[in-house]
Amino acid sequence: MTAPASPPKKVRGEPILAVENLVKHFPITRGVIFQRQIGAVRAVDGVSFDLRRGETLGIVGESGCGKSTLARLLMRLEMPTSGAATLEGRDLFAARGGELRRLRRNMQMVLQDPYTSLNPRMTVGDIIGEPFEIHPGAAPRGSRQRRVQELLDMVGLSPEHINRYPHQFSGGQRQRIGIARALALRPEVIVCDEPVSALDVSIQAQVINLLEQLQDELGLSYIFIAHDLSVVRHICDRVAVMYLGRIVELGTEEEIYQRATHPYTQALLSAVPVPDPEQRDSQNMIRLIGDVPSPANPPSGCRFRTRCWKAQDVCATQDPDTVPRAADPHPSACHFAELREPASPS
Amino acid sequence: MRRNRPTRGSERKADPVSQSAVQPTPASPTPEGGHLLEVRDLHVEFRTGEGVAKVINGVSYHLDAGETLAVLGESGSGKSVTAQAIMGILDTPPAVIRSGQIRYQGRDLLTQSEEQRRQVRGTEISMIFQDALSALNPTFPVGWQIGETLRQRAGMSRGDARRRAIELMELVKIPAAASRLGDYPHQFSGGMRQRVMIAMALALNPKVLIADEPTTALDVTVQAQIMDLLSDLRRDLRMAMILITHDLGVVAGVADRIAVMYAGRIVEHADVRSLYKAPAHPYTKGLLKSIPRLDFQGQQLSTIRGLPPNLMRIPSGCPFHPRCPYVQQVCVDVVPHDLVLGDGRTSACHFAQEVRDDRAR
Repeated sequence: MTAPASPPKKVRGEPILAVENLVKHFPITRGVIFQRQIGAVRAVDGVSFDLRRGETLGIVGESGCGKSTLARLLMRLEMPTSGAATLEGRDLFAARGGELRRLRRNMQMVLQDPYTSLNPRMTVGDIIGEPFEIHPGAAPRGSRQRRVQELLDMVGLSPEHINRYPHQFSGGQRQRIGIARALALRPEVIVCDEPVSALDVSIQAQVINLLEQLQDELGLSYIFIAHDLSVVRHICDRVAVMYLGRIVELGTEEEIYQRATHPYTQALLSAVPVPDPEQRDSQNMIRLIGDVPSPANPPSGCRFRTRCWKAQDVCATQDPDTVPRAADPHPSACHFAELREPASPS
Repeated sequence: MRRNRPTRGSERKADPVSQSAVQPTPASPTPEGGHLLEVRDLHVEFRTGEGVAKVINGVSYHLDAGETLAVLGESGSGKSVTAQAIMGILDTPPAVIRSGQIRYQGRDLLTQSEEQRRQVRGTEISMIFQDALSALNPTFPVGWQIGETLRQRAGMSRGDARRRAIELMELVKIPAAASRLGDYPHQFSGGMRQRVMIAMALALNPKVLIADEPTTALDVTVQAQIMDLLSDLRRDLRMAMILITHDLGVVAGVADRIAVMYAGRIVEHADVRSLYKAPAHPYTKGLLKSIPRLDFQGQQLSTIRGLPPNLMRIPSGCPFHPRCPYVQQVCVDVVPHDLVLGDGRTSACHFAQEVRDDRAR
């Protein structure tokens, strides 16, 4: 494996991406000619976090919690309703023209579905080389083929496959092509939106290892969006748990998985099936009732209160902030944040 | 939450309610004809324009009354095709059942006429699918769809079918069932849709329920609700269940026995506890080691090298040999038979005992 790009000589651990109170509401309209807005889907509703250089930040949550909308906002595929984000100190949403192109070069995305995210009529070489068409400065025309072959080699595919088409590859190999495309412009930040959830178990492990190895070699920072909590624990340094457009808890891998204080995080973790039949009876699961409420009409106060077993009157009136709590110093959005008693019957 | 399972070799928690509700079934194979459902040496191939894909290559498994068998495998392993062959819903062509038997209560379903098979489908063996949104008809209300089975197959009147549909929706714990009878599938959440499909499958009181990846499309908290519902229903209605899945966590939670499939064969068959404790096939072993765990962070994941085989060109000898860390010359030359390891365990590996006893790799 060759690593052509030397890792950027920048301090690990300093914030590279800062997100401040990001909000995205999608309007619900009625009427054909005279459209009027009758409501809004609050897909992302006040999200703040930092991504540090060289780390992997996991974003977990169930469908509809806004994690994919967040990814699209960060890629500037959507413009936010309000809020700000800076990439290396430059405003992500104010950038125009050439400056926007430069910002985008530094931040790339790996998509979930390796079957629909690759154009079936393009060869692998064209797919991975396409970013160079948009950013001609990234690789001189003459060296592009060589650069594409380097990228193929870097993600564990044979450079001879440059003229093949996507359908000639398996799902795992296609995801490697998607990763090579994301790496083409030597970005520092990669947003991975469910990168392994469409893959079989034995292939999933290969792709996770590849992402970790590339991070070490190239000094990448990842935003890793996933619903599989086991995968997130394996790959992430810090984890943000989202519920209905908000981050309800944010902490290091250890803080979230061993010292979670938000009831939703606790319930989510306890619902993950453990691959060990000996723990079948001792698994001490918290059962959430009902479904996630509609993001068009979220509950007042704490959004989780309609499914929460700790809910009291204050939860309906006062929206809890995601701040450090007495139970544990990492931020948690619960009025009654506390550590979960180990192995007590629920 | 409690679940039933045969108690072989396990100290389960004292639980008088569920113990009396189920008759423990032996997990080891019993002689000829004793099983509720038995698949014997099934061979299925798909004849396509590009060639013949050998999708099922000699699958045998059995299911006894009241137990849960998990069929585990990755995409293309043949786990769903076997289930479709049992149900008689394979698309033929391109699928062709080359040989084998599917015996239900002693009768071979494959020799029966379509009309006879129709009598078994739904009333004796029923199936639920992964994607409830595409399995339900978007243009009819769910109450009508649940009632359709009852009107067509049980000869109920519209009013009776409607009342029974409400009962079924209550059985699968859909809140305010009566008022949701007229709603269309898109008006339900993913978990509720899955419940509607389970209600339809249970309408004619089947003895066997085949659940094909029932929770794969669902979020974890909803997955837990549906798996609880399925095991409660299986216990209360005394059904047997075949759970088809790729998720080793789900299997560990509910199954009694497990059959692991690879390239159209059962490569390992064991009771759940001994399989997780000491897998006896290198593929099972590799799978168990390659999943990230929630209960500890771990270091680099171990992987199974290479890719699953192309079913049009299955490797010689053991189909797993190009990916196997234990591979020897014999694996390239000779197709392994099922090696019996005692306790009803089998493994289609020449070195099954070594693999089982080798804790290092």
